[in-house]
Amino acid sequence: MKKVFGYPEALTTNQTHYCPGCTHGTIHRMVAESLGELGLRERAVGIAPVGCSVLAYNYFNCDMFEAAHGRAPAVATGAKRCRPDLILFTYQGDGDLASIGAAEILHAANRGEKITVIFVNNAIYGMTGGQMAPTTMPGQVTTTCPFGRNPDHEGYPIRVVELLSTLRTPAYLARVASHTPLHVVEAKKAVREAFRLQAENTCFTMVEILSVCPTNWGLTSAESNEWLEQNMLPYYPLGVFKHPDRSEADSAAEAGVLQGA
Amino acid sequence: MAKVLMKGCEAIGEAAIRAGCRNFFGYPITPQTEVPEYLAKRFPEVDGSYVQAESEVAAINMLYGGAGVGKRVLTTSSSPGISLMAEGVSYIAACHLPIVFVNIVRAGPGLGGILPAQSDYLQATKGHGHGDYKLLVLAPASVQEAVDLIYEAFDLADHYLTPVMVMGDGMIGQMMEPVDLPDMRDLSDLVEKPWAATGACGRGPNIINSLYLKEDMCNANSWKLKEKADEIERKEQRSEAYACPGDVLDVLVVAYGTMARICKTAADEVKKKDKKKVGVFRPISLWPYPYEALAAEAKKAKKILVVEMSTGQMVEDVKLAVLGKKPIEFYGLTGGMVPSPDNVAHKLRSMIK
Repeated sequence: MKKVFGYPEALTTNQTHYCPGCTHGTIHRMVAESLGELGLRERAVGIAPVGCSVLAYNYFNCDMFEAAHGRAPAVATGAKRCRPDLILFTYQGDGDLASIGAAEILHAANRGEKITVIFVNNAIYGMTGGQMAPTTMPGQVTTTCPFGRNPDHEGYPIRVVELLSTLRTPAYLARVASHTPLHVVEAKKAVREAFRLQAENTCFTMVEILSVCPTNWGLTSAESNEWLEQNMLPYYPLGVFKHPDRSEADSAAEAGVLQGA
Repeated sequence: MAKVLMKGCEAIGEAAIRAGCRNFFGYPITPQTEVPEYLAKRFPEVDGSYVQAESEVAAINMLYGGAGVGKRVLTTSSSPGISLMAEGVSYIAACHLPIVFVNIVRAGPGLGGILPAQSDYLQATKGHGHGDYKLLVLAPASVQEAVDLIYEAFDLADHYLTPVMVMGDGMIGQMMEPVDLPDMRDLSDLVEKPWAATGACGRGPNIINSLYLKEDMCNANSWKLKEKADEIERKEQRSEAYACPGDVLDVLVVAYGTMARICKTAADEVKKKDKKKVGVFRPISLWPYPYEALAAEAKKAKKILVVEMSTGQMVEDVKLAVLGKKPIEFYGLTGGMVPSPDNVAHKLRSMIK
């Protein structure tokens, strides 16, 4: 009998510490399945961030680093430049990547480092207990914007994929979501595509995955999925913003941004 | 091989290549920019990879990645940049990774100035980044010694699995001297690195990590670092005693790096003209500090003079070696001012009237 579904070899069997309703577990699995399907696990080296996924090295069954806050793209750069035969990925949240690590992600993308970045955006700092992130929505209440994010005071959320799309170098930039089964299927395709491109020696690939934080949003899991749909999707459009097989104009048109903006 | 005339920074880059380093990550800052410039040009000839990082913060984290996959990696910087690297060096030390980095010290604090100084002594020897760890710090006094120490630093880093800093003042980086370059290192006998994150093929995952949420494990790692520091302290103290034979010295000068060379000239001058006995003790390893060797020389001396291009950062280590048994005086200029042999001789004469 043919085996059609199984536990990914690139995941350990350790129980995760993630909260109920969190999508980190689902996203870990997307990464693990992609590494397995593409036969990359034994060449893979992952870089865990600081934030909720700081312990990702306990869950991925491949070689791992734990990086300083925001520095994962620099660590991945060093590893990949020293060992170009390895498959490097970073796994980062919004505070790690878009705030303290803004310089590292921008320049790793612009140098065209041959790495894959998994960027999990849930619009809040989770591990430290629900503070404002660069991607927190206007009006969204957090412990450090207790009256709601005020764009006059804190500015508007950073659209990281759009920002990086202005760079000529990066090969693959996509934004997906993880709040419904259908979105998970699409997200997995994007993650796999990013790793496939890296395995073909294509330069910088990144997938931003919109995610939920029921604990710090103060919502149930179902309410969180609804909140993402209603609040984040209109501001963070999904799509493939850059792909090496397509011209930059086509990619931008598909994503519905950069045109008439 | 015949000697070649090289600028200190360029010689440092070439010495790293000969030690088997093929990966450099760095950021321009005066007065060490000639190292990245040299390697950017030279690396293609030896299949090396030069990356200009976006900052010193990124550069040191690139070293973390490169060391973690088992390669010999180098960065060089100068004082303000070394401060920015403190975060990454702490992680590298905590993870027991071998790197070599160079501080061509310029004047501080703050933006300070671009001229030579020795005002990063306490930063280098007493802590640098956060947490319980020590750096092995080597201080050359000539371009030749910089070459030799860089070449050896890679082996020391691999042996002890620790960051090694080579600390020269701006003079070491900027002056030209004839040097004997070592042969290309035979890379076949480098130590194995079975801990490196090179892909979990035929083994379980290798994890390079400094996070210990259980306090007993964090405690254990700090004591593991302490044990290593103790071993380095026992085995790696280096120093030079210049013109110290005999039983009695009128003054023993303690100085390192470029300042020690200047002090030797001053000591010779005072010996010749004033018929006084002046020796110079030069620490080469700033950490571990050569306390015992200094204590032995200090026994012979009536007085001790510490000379630095700082306001006296090394004085406390000299006090720890001498333990109050001899009077200690200090002479120093900083901010990019380099004491001349005449300055030092004048100070010596004031002590031995």
